[in-house]
Amino acid sequence: MYSEKVLEHFRKPSNMGKIKNASGIGKVGNIVCGDVMWLYIKVGENSKGEEVIKDIKWQTFGCVAALATSSVVSELAKGMTIENALELSNEKIVKELNGLPPVKIHCSLLAVDALHEAIYDYLEKHNRPIPEKLAKKHERIQKELKEIEKRYKDFLELEKRLEK
Amino acid sequence: MWKGTAKTKKGANMIYLDNAATTQVRSEVIEAMLPFLDKKYGNASSLHSLGQEAKTALEESRAKIADMLEAEPDEIIFCSCATEANNFALKGLAFEAKKQGKDHLIVSKIEHHCVLHTAEWLESLGFRVTYLPVDEYGVVKLAELEEAINEKTFLVSVMYANNEIGTIEPIKEIAKICEEKDVAFHSDAVQAFGKIPLDLKKVDMLSLSAHKIYGPKGVGLLMKRKHLRIQPLLHGGGHEFGLRSGTENVAGIVGFAKAMELALKEMPRESKRQARMRDKLIKHALQIPESRLNGHPKKRLPNNANFSFRYAEGESIVMKLNEHGIAASTGSACSSPKLEPSHVLLALGLAPSEAHGSLRLTLGRYNRMEEIDYVCKVLPEVIEELREISPFWHKKS
Repeated sequence: MYSEKVLEHFRKPSNMGKIKNASGIGKVGNIVCGDVMWLYIKVGENSKGEEVIKDIKWQTFGCVAALATSSVVSELAKGMTIENALELSNEKIVKELNGLPPVKIHCSLLAVDALHEAIYDYLEKHNRPIPEKLAKKHERIQKELKEIEKRYKDFLELEKRLEK
Repeated sequence: MWKGTAKTKKGANMIYLDNAATTQVRSEVIEAMLPFLDKKYGNASSLHSLGQEAKTALEESRAKIADMLEAEPDEIIFCSCATEANNFALKGLAFEAKKQGKDHLIVSKIEHHCVLHTAEWLESLGFRVTYLPVDEYGVVKLAELEEAINEKTFLVSVMYANNEIGTIEPIKEIAKICEEKDVAFHSDAVQAFGKIPLDLKKVDMLSLSAHKIYGPKGVGLLMKRKHLRIQPLLHGGGHEFGLRSGTENVAGIVGFAKAMELALKEMPRESKRQARMRDKLIKHALQIPESRLNGHPKKRLPNNANFSFRYAEGESIVMKLNEHGIAASTGSACSSPKLEPSHVLLALGLAPSEAHGSLRLTLGRYNRMEEIDYVCKVLPEVIEELREISPFWHKKS
């Protein structure tokens, strides 16, 4: 069912975890199956003075495909300029994983969405102009996140309690 | 990696805990079947010796099975699988009942998809269906059953034991209600046969499958009482008393009879042995924080354990266990082709977060306690690993 590449990422996922004081956080949920991913980025400058994703970490509650795409997106995006990261597509991710079962293609959207949402968060926090395409994506993601939050009310309430 | 008892094609050994999905065919069964795949290949409908040889084997198997089910031989109708048997019971009776102006059937909410989707299809043809609710353990609510039956009701279908959560239904009580109200009662006993003693006196129709009891795939049966008239699904040469046309799968049927015989013989010992392994699994799995047992704590199949682990997703659990050489299954949405969580778990009232992290472990005659010890060691590690990746999990230390 899954390619060997997918299973490799599943077995040994890269960049798992959380970044304290992240430059941007992308929280996304998949309303189809209920998978959830939180992605953290740290933005810095490269030697050419371009803005790049210096560090990236993620946490995912989901299936093999969701975990593998989280891992591969983090590998690809690490070191990328913001501009290039915004060009990352889920087709590219699926290709990188040597394909996904058709029913699992929707999972690949989750990771790319999380990355772009984290960039949105970063740009917004710094009062930077936001590309129209990204703004639209943000709107859709927020709508879906509301659905997911309803589904996992019990989890989120617990989290709030613990944060206090 | 622990060397389990089940062989895989790569030569690695697996610990096979998915016996509710299918089982390994036993060697005695294979041996009984082989002649009918080889030299005794006759068509049971042929007049010549080869045909008659097959016919004799077929009828001997039928008589043996009838005996085991306390039924008459002409009440046993062989077919290709339990999905067919269940389709046959529901549709066959529905078409007959329609002639008598009856159009209502009752099925439980936790039936196998082959019952539920058949009921839904009948609904699309104008039949009316009541989907009977279950309590938090998956036990059908008898009071609601009594209430649901009306003068238009022709059938109640409730499984003997549930395939996902292992809950055993109050079949005797349901059968009694159906008898009193003069409604036919069908039960899908695929998971129950050979695991627990069955009380079939008041059951009008029963579905069984060979491959769940160490028999071959591709053969099932519907036991149907003579007094009940039903319409065939398959028309043709008039096999199986005109109720199921198609050349009989003689080898499969011979294997089925053998498998049933052996299952019943071993049941007293095996069910106790497997229950001990089940109880050990349950005890250890429930020591994992934020876990729960799905299904009834007592009224459950001796070989079934079903858990929910919050903050971990079921497909990932199954695949992690697979990495450790353990074969299991899940009711998570991610694992289903429609991406919906298990209808059985939702019917129990589980939150989506719990249904998402479900794990089913089903034992069989080849499992050993050493394998269970290994699973008890690996399972907490796997859950912990997945929770570490999850954004919702916080160590509460």
